[in-house]
Amino acid sequence: MAIAGRQVKAAGEKSVQWILRTVAFSAMASLLLIAVFILKEGAPFLLRVGPRNFLFFSLWDPQNGCFGVYPMVVASVWVTLGAMLVGAPFGIAGAIFLAEFVPAGVMRVIKPTIELLAGIPSVVYGFIGVMVVAPLVRDHLGGPGLSLLTASVILGVMILPTVISISTDAIMSVPNSYREGALALGATRWQSVHMVILKGARSGIMASLILAMGRAIGETMAVIMVAGNTPRLPHSVLDPVRTLTANIALEMGFATGLHRQALFATGVVLFVIIMILNAVALSVMKRSHAE
Amino acid sequence: MPRIPPRYTQTFAVSILAAATALTLAVLGFIIGFVLEKGLPVVGLDFLLSNPREMGREGGIFPTLIGTVLLPLVAIVIALPLGVGTAVHLTEYTRESRATRVIRFGTDCLAGIPSIIFGLFGFIFFVSALKLGWCVLSGGLTLAIMILPTIIRTSEEAIRAVPYSYREVSYSLGATRWQTVAGVVLPNALPGIVTGVMLSIGRCIGETAAVIFTAGAALRIPRSLFDSVRTMSVHFYILAREGISSEKAYGTAAVLVIAILLINTLSYWIMHQFLAKRSR
Repeated sequence: MAIAGRQVKAAGEKSVQWILRTVAFSAMASLLLIAVFILKEGAPFLLRVGPRNFLFFSLWDPQNGCFGVYPMVVASVWVTLGAMLVGAPFGIAGAIFLAEFVPAGVMRVIKPTIELLAGIPSVVYGFIGVMVVAPLVRDHLGGPGLSLLTASVILGVMILPTVISISTDAIMSVPNSYREGALALGATRWQSVHMVILKGARSGIMASLILAMGRAIGETMAVIMVAGNTPRLPHSVLDPVRTLTANIALEMGFATGLHRQALFATGVVLFVIIMILNAVALSVMKRSHAE
Repeated sequence: MPRIPPRYTQTFAVSILAAATALTLAVLGFIIGFVLEKGLPVVGLDFLLSNPREMGREGGIFPTLIGTVLLPLVAIVIALPLGVGTAVHLTEYTRESRATRVIRFGTDCLAGIPSIIFGLFGFIFFVSALKLGWCVLSGGLTLAIMILPTIIRTSEEAIRAVPYSYREVSYSLGATRWQTVAGVVLPNALPGIVTGVMLSIGRCIGETAAVIFTAGAALRIPRSLFDSVRTMSVHFYILAREGISSEKAYGTAAVLVIAILLINTLSYWIMHQFLAKRSR
């Protein structure tokens, strides 16, 4: 009896172990499934047109069979750089201030508050862009308002929580002995920060910027609402632009045949960019942990 | 050139840092203040509990409220066992190895994928290939994949925070590994896991791109998992983008923002209680 019970127990343990091992690969399996299905829809088109033609042809006119995403690639790059230009200085400054110059108790309130704001839906940010930022841009700088500049500002604000949260963690994980060493040598707090601590936190801050970049380039709904969505090369920051993500989301609803394949090919381009950014961020993070 | 005393540079630098931080907080505060100020006057029981008329130009948002509860629910029901199972496997059943590195790499990469890609995938896989159509199930499955990394990470952290001595006691009483996991480890890690679930619900509620292509946008109360549904985020997007009604859009945005702030605050609070208990 007892032996039989033990055997049942052992068999149960074995099956649990087996189930868990299978379940553990669900994330990897999902990732592969996503890659396979996006590629399956988009790759044939890419191969037939040729990746170079697709990427560097600057006319997007699906009705007449012209599928060049060059304007969207350029727009995505500029919008992302613009967002970094707006978000990175404020984000890093905020992170340094929170980690080094504010009492721990205050930091413990402000940091979660900022992280809370990462939860605000992107459509809400987009709406603020339409109602507040776009009219300001139109009235004071000219152009239609919905523009590269507006999109950069909104995305810059959207990535702030990511930059601040991860950079603060990185700065705080620099060993206290570094601070004490610098202060003991007669450095002021600011000198210890910019000469010693920031060097120690460099890779963590870098990782936060790359992750933020991934978020900016992948953002869709907010960008659709504020960027103007004209699939043409922008000549100034006040011109409307259409990003890769917006291109997919705007036309997916009604696209068929070749047009739909072209949208999935746009998805492939986006997927590849994001995976490269992810890989870089992960390796930078790993290095920062190794330090 | 006379050297500027370091004390002055310090004062100067710190004031710039403080100003940047203050501006950041002000901008983020403005966003919430703006939405609530414009939206709250629209919100009332009638707005929450009545059906929209004329595509949302009149009436309330009741069906989208149902959709907003239903989709995250389906997503959690699917993602929670997978995510917690993965975390248990990583922490209790295996050592660091090539396999765990593959699992972690997959999780990290999945976390970085933008929602529009999830939307595309959900559309081509669940909606088209599996022929589920635009429905609650397609949307829930897509969102489940999207939140899987969050659930895995938070669960893993929560499980790792359970002191090793708890397990030793359990094993010394003759419990098997699974009995230890189910009876000792998971109950003690529960608050941390709940935090992950709450954060995931918040993310699902705010999601638009992944939902609109998988769950559709029907303004009806769904009768089954195979009916199309519209969430508040999607409703808000359609109202705002198609210029149907900015009044109703503000109202919907206010409900959306309040819901997310409540959920996220609650999850931080649970996490805080959990950590406070652990560090004692």
